[in-house]
Amino acid sequence: MSPKRILAVLLSVLASAALAGAALAADLAGLVANLTTGGFGEREAAITAMAASGEQRAAPILDALAAGQLYVRKSDNLVLIGKPDGNQLSLTEAISGKAAGSGTEADLDRVRVNNRLRGVIEAAVGSLTLMSPNAKVRRDAAEALFKRRDASSLAALDAALAVEKDPRIKRAMSEARAASVLASDAPTAQKLDAIALVRERADRDSLGVLEATANSATDPEVKAAATAGASAVRQTLAAWEAAQNVWYGISLGSVLLLAAIGLAITFGTMGVINMAHGEMVMLGAYTTFVVQEIIRTSAPHLFDASLLIALPLAFVVAGGIGILIERGIIRFLYGRPLDTLLATWGLSLVLQQAVRSIFGSSNREVGAPSWMSGAFQLGQINVTYGRLWIVVFSLIVFATLILVLRKTPLGLYMRAVTQNRPMASAMGIRTPRVDALTFGLGSGIAGLAGVALSQIDNVSPNLGQGYIIDSFMVVVFGGVGNLFGTLIGALTLGVVNKFLEPYAGAVLGKILVLVFIILFIQRRPRGLFALKGRSVE
Amino acid sequence: MITRFLWQGMDRNLRLFVLLVLAVGIALPVLNQIMPPGSPFHVPAWLLQLIGKYLSFALLALAVDLVWGFCGILSLGHGAFFALGGYCMGMYLMRQIGSRGVYGNPLLPDFMVFLNYKELPWFWYGFDNFGFAMLMAILVPSLLAFALGWFAFRSRVTGVYLSIITQAMTFALMLAFFRNDMGLGGNNGMTDFKEILGFSVQADSTRAVLCFASAFMLALGLVVSAAIVGSRFGKALTAVRDAESRMRFLGYRVEGYKLFVFVFSAAMAGIAGALYVPQVGIINPSEFSPANSIEAVLWVAVGGRGTLIGPVIGAFIVNFGKTWLTGALPEVWLFALGALFIVVTLLLPKGVVGLWGQLKARSQAKKARAPT
Repeated sequence: MSPKRILAVLLSVLASAALAGAALAADLAGLVANLTTGGFGEREAAITAMAASGEQRAAPILDALAAGQLYVRKSDNLVLIGKPDGNQLSLTEAISGKAAGSGTEADLDRVRVNNRLRGVIEAAVGSLTLMSPNAKVRRDAAEALFKRRDASSLAALDAALAVEKDPRIKRAMSEARAASVLASDAPTAQKLDAIALVRERADRDSLGVLEATANSATDPEVKAAATAGASAVRQTLAAWEAAQNVWYGISLGSVLLLAAIGLAITFGTMGVINMAHGEMVMLGAYTTFVVQEIIRTSAPHLFDASLLIALPLAFVVAGGIGILIERGIIRFLYGRPLDTLLATWGLSLVLQQAVRSIFGSSNREVGAPSWMSGAFQLGQINVTYGRLWIVVFSLIVFATLILVLRKTPLGLYMRAVTQNRPMASAMGIRTPRVDALTFGLGSGIAGLAGVALSQIDNVSPNLGQGYIIDSFMVVVFGGVGNLFGTLIGALTLGVVNKFLEPYAGAVLGKILVLVFIILFIQRRPRGLFALKGRSVE
Repeated sequence: MITRFLWQGMDRNLRLFVLLVLAVGIALPVLNQIMPPGSPFHVPAWLLQLIGKYLSFALLALAVDLVWGFCGILSLGHGAFFALGGYCMGMYLMRQIGSRGVYGNPLLPDFMVFLNYKELPWFWYGFDNFGFAMLMAILVPSLLAFALGWFAFRSRVTGVYLSIITQAMTFALMLAFFRNDMGLGGNNGMTDFKEILGFSVQADSTRAVLCFASAFMLALGLVVSAAIVGSRFGKALTAVRDAESRMRFLGYRVEGYKLFVFVFSAAMAGIAGALYVPQVGIINPSEFSPANSIEAVLWVAVGGRGTLIGPVIGAFIVNFGKTWLTGALPEVWLFALGALFIVVTLLLPKGVVGLWGQLKARSQAKKARAPT
């Protein structure tokens, strides 16, 4: 046999081997060939036919076509997908998906598309992916079609709806269908149904659909329904936005609460103005940093537990330094609040500079464990796990502190000493010891706050300075010597701050809050929940 | 009669001290001007500038002392009054630049051209007039102090609450002045000044005059403060410091006394700021930072609160230490400053001046005991 005959036989064998998917493949191959030849009109027909074929392999080809990455090799008319790779294009065969080496634009002809074709392609890809076996792909496709709201995807959506099993995806698809109906020239009744469906969805995209319908509809009934729907959605959105703001406010408030709650003990119950309170927070954050560094180098598998390990350590470090401060400086200054203020301010400078000397003045990286990263949607509120944990943590700290104050002997002594020092002393309570422990407790809680704040703020020597004025504001606003006042004060200030921000900007909002508190203190010098009776003086 | 009133307010030490301040304020500029640069008696321009800066700080310290040392109001916001006075001076100096700025706009300062302002904001009008600007340097801080004091003292906000409110005030002002759309230079503040009253800001002779002006205002501040403190009014003021409730029960309008001294002190701080700005050549929002205000309080604490000489001495000691340490051992400075806060409050509640008195008393007691 001549070599030519052998080649022919081999080819026919190969062809019959490929016969399994032959009908489809030939179909696809023919359609792809139609894509590359002929005018734009024929291409459109080919694209629509590819979409109708339900062939999964068609989707990447159409994607490549829309992106201008579909080529025909000049030498053998093979249809290729070319992805840019440096100066060259790395090529794969369009239909089989096999790698086909690389080439340059000079050897290839790009298959051209125009804007009209791009629209057709997108709809085609959308309907192709609607049939995908992968649920997430189907869902994304339905969402994409909802946003596109193109009458041409109606047929594909109907087909997909007929076979879809998953109720959530079905819902997404029928919403997409409704959006498509609104873009089509369907009868009024259908459009009204569609509007009702879109209106139920009530998010930003559905608002867009309804507004577009309200603008473009010619039928007065449809127009009215769409307008009403749009305003209803707008209201829902505003409510969600307010809820989101409340959440942000609670989140900020919990940070304020964490920072202020230690101060509520030292300032609120002991009356000690501790300007170094922010530095206790800072020390807690740096303890977290050190713990994470050690874990990174010696026991990486413990990283997720690093914050839990850091919590007791931060409490001990900050609390211990707090006790040292009380024994070393503050106890000599009882009864001289203004001097205490100055001395602790000086102390804060020393602590800042000490940390700066040891760790450097740049920000330190504190990582988030895996259970604190990520987010989830609650309705239309975006909740990050990190913030959620901080809110939970601050409430736990608050509750624990209340328990310590009310149910433990230490708490009893502390309340006794604050209420009547000479009498407590006469009853055999060692007041200096209680003073030291109280101050240590307040400082230790500031250290705990530092662990939490290391997750959301820059860990730098100046970390504490940013919180000191806010903390004092919270304590004074809530009412000195009243822990529940501190809780309410922190949350109120957090929420007010977040509601002012959109109107006034972050900085101006903060200024307004400060001015508000300054005026508030004028009205109620003893805070929101003032102590009454003898303990005031 | 007024001069007699002022003169009588001072004791012998204070009279000598005021004369000393004036002597320094005259001698240094004169030595700078008439001595040739090579002479050992020539005072270099940088020293003039430094002393001038210290003198304006001393005036600020005196202002803080007047409210804290004599009336018991620990203001942590006097830096704000200082900075406001400085901004008034800065606005005047900006207007004097005229068309010599980088953008050459005859009316708008550079930063406004940069931020696309089309016309001068209303509050900039009048600041091309030196007299008006100086009036504002006194009036603006006074008005702020009056507003704050009016509310605070009437609702009997005292002690640390007042301290924290004043701190929040200066913090809020700092945030506000950092904003570019305040129309006051944003975070860059104002700088690149050219001339004051037609004299170049950079010239030695101008520095000499500014140094003298600072010394003169400090001396005047001392004299007026002494008169206030020594008068019946001053006695009542001290009584308010020591027993506010008792004074109120005795029928004194405590808030009036406090308000007056607070406003007067703010005006003094404003003047100090206006003197400070042309000497350092820049004013920016960081002057409002709470740390600055509290540092001014430290000057008073170091020198000796409740004395008039103390704050001046304290301002010089601390700032000399700052200039020296930030140059020689920058990382030690904050340690030293922090330690100073602690040491002074723990060991030297009456400051350096008080220490002098303690030592004197001790040596006299020794002398009295020792048989001669």
